Amino acid sequence: MRVVIVGAGEVGSTIAESLAGSHDVVVVDVDTERVESLTYSLDVLPVEGDGTDVDTLAEADVGDADMLIASTDDDETNIVTCGAAKVLGDAFTIARTKSPKYLKAWERAQGAFGVDFMVCTDLLTAEAIVGLAGLPTAQDVDTFADGLVQMTEFEIPAESPVAGQTVAEADRFDSLTFVGIIRGDEVIVPQGTTELRGGDDVVAIGSPESMRLFSSSIAPEEQGPEDVVIVGGGEIGFQTARLLEERGFTPRLVEQDEDRARWLAEHLPNTTVLNSDATDQDLLERENVGLADVVVAALENDQQNLLGTLLAKRMGADRAIAVVDTGNFTELFEAVGIDVAVSPRKVTAEEITRFTRARRAENVAIIEGDQAEVLEFEVDADSILVDRPIRESAVDFPESVVIGAITRDGEFVTPRGDTVVREGDHVVVFTETDVLETVTEQL
Amino acid sequence: MSRVANGYVDYRVSVAFVGTVLKFLAVAPLFPLVLAFYYGESPVPFIATSAVMVALGFGLEQLRGDGDLGNREAFLLVSLSWLVVPLVGTVPYLVAGTGTVGALTVAGFVNALFESMSGFTTTGATVLGTISVDTHGHAMLMWRQLSQWLGGMGILVLMVAILPELSVGGAQVMNQEAPGLSIEKLTPRIQETARALWGIYAAFTVAAAAVYFVIGAVGIAPEMDLYNAVAHALTTMPTGGFSPQGRSIEAFAPAIQWAVMPFMVVAGTNFALFWYVLDGQPGRLTKNTEFRAYLLAIAGFGVVLSALLLAGLGIATAPENVATIPGNLENSLRQGLFQVIAIVTTTGYASMDFNTWHPAAQTVLLFAFFLGGSAGSAAGSIKVVRWVVVSKSMSRSLFTSIHPEAVEPVRMGREAVDESTIRDVFVFVMIFLTLFAVSTVLLYLDSLRTGLELTPLEAMSVAIATLGNIGPGFGIVGPMNNFLPFSPAAKLYMVFLMWIGRLEILSVLVILTPSFWRR
Repeated sequence: MRVVIVGAGEVGSTIAESLAGSHDVVVVDVDTERVESLTYSLDVLPVEGDGTDVDTLAEADVGDADMLIASTDDDETNIVTCGAAKVLGDAFTIARTKSPKYLKAWERAQGAFGVDFMVCTDLLTAEAIVGLAGLPTAQDVDTFADGLVQMTEFEIPAESPVAGQTVAEADRFDSLTFVGIIRGDEVIVPQGTTELRGGDDVVAIGSPESMRLFSSSIAPEEQGPEDVVIVGGGEIGFQTARLLEERGFTPRLVEQDEDRARWLAEHLPNTTVLNSDATDQDLLERENVGLADVVVAALENDQQNLLGTLLAKRMGADRAIAVVDTGNFTELFEAVGIDVAVSPRKVTAEEITRFTRARRAENVAIIEGDQAEVLEFEVDADSILVDRPIRESAVDFPESVVIGAITRDGEFVTPRGDTVVREGDHVVVFTETDVLETVTEQL
Repeated sequence: MSRVANGYVDYRVSVAFVGTVLKFLAVAPLFPLVLAFYYGESPVPFIATSAVMVALGFGLEQLRGDGDLGNREAFLLVSLSWLVVPLVGTVPYLVAGTGTVGALTVAGFVNALFESMSGFTTTGATVLGTISVDTHGHAMLMWRQLSQWLGGMGILVLMVAILPELSVGGAQVMNQEAPGLSIEKLTPRIQETARALWGIYAAFTVAAAAVYFVIGAVGIAPEMDLYNAVAHALTTMPTGGFSPQGRSIEAFAPAIQWAVMPFMVVAGTNFALFWYVLDGQPGRLTKNTEFRAYLLAIAGFGVVLSALLLAGLGIATAPENVATIPGNLENSLRQGLFQVIAIVTTTGYASMDFNTWHPAAQTVLLFAFFLGGSAGSAAGSIKVVRWVVVSKSMSRSLFTSIHPEAVEPVRMGREAVDESTIRDVFVFVMIFLTLFAVSTVLLYLDSLRTGLELTPLEAMSVAIATLGNIGPGFGIVGPMNNFLPFSPAAKLYMVFLMWIGRLEILSVLVILTPSFWRR
């Protein structure tokens, strides 16, 4: 597949890097130095120029491209780039936007602005944060099938009552399936007799309700969080607060800029907006941030986020979630005591990846360290699953593939051995990265 | 702007527009004129009024230059109109020598001006000694009613609705005249907005007249004939309170008293909200913060007063003409609610003489004088929306003293209120209360000078009844009494209070500041 990526910033170059192995990638950027450095670091064709300029796009041969990904830092540039690309050919256009305002318009008429798919980075990040904030011990949360199905990666603490239990003992919930256990670098497909250990990451797929139940069985002493403090009122912080408000929370939000704080306060009726420096210890003490259940750091850069969450943790906050822009820092953050590091680039990559596959998955979640993926497919007539009980079809696909959930006509179906899959069903599948290719063809 | 007369305010534009206003208002006296012919009363006062309006109107219009109606000219136009129109409105009273106006004396002119200003500003305070169609004639009393109806939604809002040349300055003009924080433009064109507001206002007036008339016609309230139905509809909707009946709404059966209440409530509601209801957005009325607070205030005061009346604690002397109240639930509820609605909406009707109430009940009612109806309604006084803003910013202050860094906008519904608007609200409330206090003292002092016996509660009620455009007060200015005993000086001062109160003080004060006339 021929892919043109406009904007070689952090996001663009990450996507370019992940695609360069299996696709022909052209990268367009206005910055001469960036273009030059890409020439040597990645096996891609760099083109210098403005992505909104038809001449530049023609030079990148967008007319013959299968896909165009506009991932500059500027929303308007990305949207115009997609529009311009549509003039030249019919490449599948993906625009990355930060502000959800364009997404709102696009969702009303998909294909608006000449954009075939719009990825709203900040909104996705906020959704991820909110999902994590609601589930103690969760490391990664993704929703599938319009929210009916949720994939969650839980870390089992050593002192958890679940540690030491077998999968059969721990899985007392009807609409929940354990699909994978990540132990160090190893991915284990759980059997009924597999024992869960402290420090394991368990990937579970099921209804959102069952996730909450399982979460409280892992950490029974943790009540559902009530007191959430967000530091940093950028778009991610704002969206996080807004989504929390929708779920009935009354979060507190710390923002340094006075005008922005006012704007936030006006737009978040159930949030207490505090106008202060997030690293001001006096403020954190006065506002009893140490008593908070969850502290989310969504400041301008990684260093501030690290500092903000470390401070909060030190003061006694139960759980700290930090936004991390630089992908490699995720593990570092978690190593120094931040409970979860959320990477906006990862959530963006997850969204974009599903279009670069031979067959398009409805949704993709990448499990930590790229060892495994959770995919959502719509079952068609050619699938090996169709009209057979899962027990029979399971023999035909690789061992490290687990069907975690099925939705049929908007209803959740728990997959069991005798469940017969029908055409049109949506299946949510856990698969190791090694067998990804085989699986996508078979299912 | 160097070509204009004094340099910065082109007063000729404003004065010329006042002329236009008068010219169009010359149609108004034709209604009582028709009645005068029908009832066989003298048509002269109304012909004279029309003639004066047309002549003066055309005269003033000659001043029109090529200046534009800017912000300052709009201020001046509004204040001037509300002075000139009531002045010309005295003509019928003067010509007919209505009531105690008498001959062309200073005291007579002051009385006429008081009555006219009280009419146009929808105050409803009167200096007519005895009110009866027998003494004053049907036509003359209808003119009184009509003056309130014209003033209710605003003479200038009406002009904006009619005159295309007010499309530019119209928004400023309406902003100065319409009560509340600021006008809500409902449509892209200000003229359409003005028409919508007047249309709704007129439609409710017709509805009120129809309801009153039907209740009268079916025999439940035989006193309510067509004349009274129209006359009372004309003063219900503008929250005016004039009545051709000496004993106000007490003269009618309980059914009418109940029927008047919802119309008064409607009249005290922001008319823009009804526009949204017609536009298919009923939620904007029912979820409106001010509307809810307004209903809550009425219910609160109503329940307290009804309870006082029911228990008999609220009555000091047994009122005449009214069935026993203590122990009678329907009667207590009706009398309590009616008085509260009449005062909160600043209508000033009365279904009984609340001079017979115990001072405790009267004091409760006095608080209701300060509420006022909703912004964008025909009501006067401080307005519920300002009290909501004041109380919300007070609780915000309490909150921010615990959380000094918290940024807490004051909200009306979901919308945050501008900080500058909040400041303006506080300024308004302070000026209003100061003016009320100063006026109380001044009126009290004048009563000492003229030997008029006035209690402090009565003095206060006189000040707020006129400044808040409410009408009746307590004691000698009770709902069945009148303002006649006051000295001409006091009456002139009250005329000033009604004028400044109708325009929400600041619009008038602005033109009295030197900087208005300079750069």
